[in-house]
Amino acid sequence: MTMAGRLPEPYGRDGGGANLADILERVLDKGIVIAGDIRINLLDIELLTIKLRLVVASVDRAKEMCIDWWEYDPELSARARREQLNRENRELRERLAALEALEALEALETGRGQRQEDDR
Amino acid sequence: MTAQAGLRYVYAVCRPFEAALQSQLTGVAGAPPGLLRHHGLVAVVSKVPEGDFAEEPLRDHLEDLDWLAATARAHQGVIDALTTVTTPLPLGLATVFRDDSGVRVMMEAREADFRHTLDRLEGRVEWGVKLYADPPEQESPPAGKPASGRDYLRQRRNRTHEYEEKRRAAEEFARTLHERLSRRAEDSRLHPPQNAALSGVPGQNLLNAAYLVARADSEEFVELVDRTKDEATGMRVELTGPWAAYSFSEPAQSRESP
Repeated sequence: MTMAGRLPEPYGRDGGGANLADILERVLDKGIVIAGDIRINLLDIELLTIKLRLVVASVDRAKEMCIDWWEYDPELSARARREQLNRENRELRERLAALEALEALEALETGRGQRQEDDR
Repeated sequence: MTAQAGLRYVYAVCRPFEAALQSQLTGVAGAPPGLLRHHGLVAVVSKVPEGDFAEEPLRDHLEDLDWLAATARAHQGVIDALTTVTTPLPLGLATVFRDDSGVRVMMEAREADFRHTLDRLEGRVEWGVKLYADPPEQESPPAGKPASGRDYLRQRRNRTHEYEEKRRAAEEFARTLHERLSRRAEDSRLHPPQNAALSGVPGQNLLNAAYLVARADSEEFVELVDRTKDEATGMRVELTGPWAAYSFSEPAQSRESP
């Protein structure tokens, strides 16, 4: 048995253990894969799938954990789609207003130039 | 039911070690892990009830995030305890056999592999380093309405430009950070960035890497990471570990390209 070297104190483990995502990333995805007598394909349980299942399984629980990303994903949420449309509308209105302002400004400047020339 | 009732959950394979495991240690399903010696290797095993770990209930359970989280933490707890006394070769979650002889058969079939990998990992641990971009400040409302259309367009262009600059700087920092840390590690793996929604950590995850470092060099490695924390502006460097060498338990050909 070799235990050369003192290990530094653990990092990122304070307050109720390591981040669940860090643990799941390792125990599901990494580590040596051995087919046991009980065959479960862990690839079926990738992180993305877990998140998607959350949406279906327990919205409240997920919200408690602040996993409410789908509310902002237009693919998944009608509200997000609506908000995206509203946002696009707002941006288009802003751009239109800006273009109109620009046009008005240019008209004004051209007008002023004209007047200056007229004045001469 | 006989004394053998229940399935066998295998956490890790190690070389024999003398130190005792913590007496309070419990594994998944609350049972204390024991050691099963075979051909000069040791499997760390605990009994788990068929009602939870037979194929069908297990598949159902794995879809239950609470159950999955508790089981993953218990699995990691045992691996963590092993890491303090030896160099374990961690197995993936839910590696389950019908009985002890099933575990022995598996150990025999994989013996050469195990020995080779254990030699490669001996005396080494894994450190996780993640780099996050600080979440953008609440979009600062432009000071008053733009005075003109030109103003508006200029402000907009500046904002886009600033954002691009920040992104480029962050990517460059992530690249140099990984290069510097790789030079001080024996091996490294790049993992896909974590989704902020799942990890609950604010800010975009720009780098998610694992480094294989000898125990003896770990203190120095940690100091190096600490120093880089001061250099990151608008970004955050996060260190986790020491982990058992999860990310390095498969041979190098499965290595992801950086």
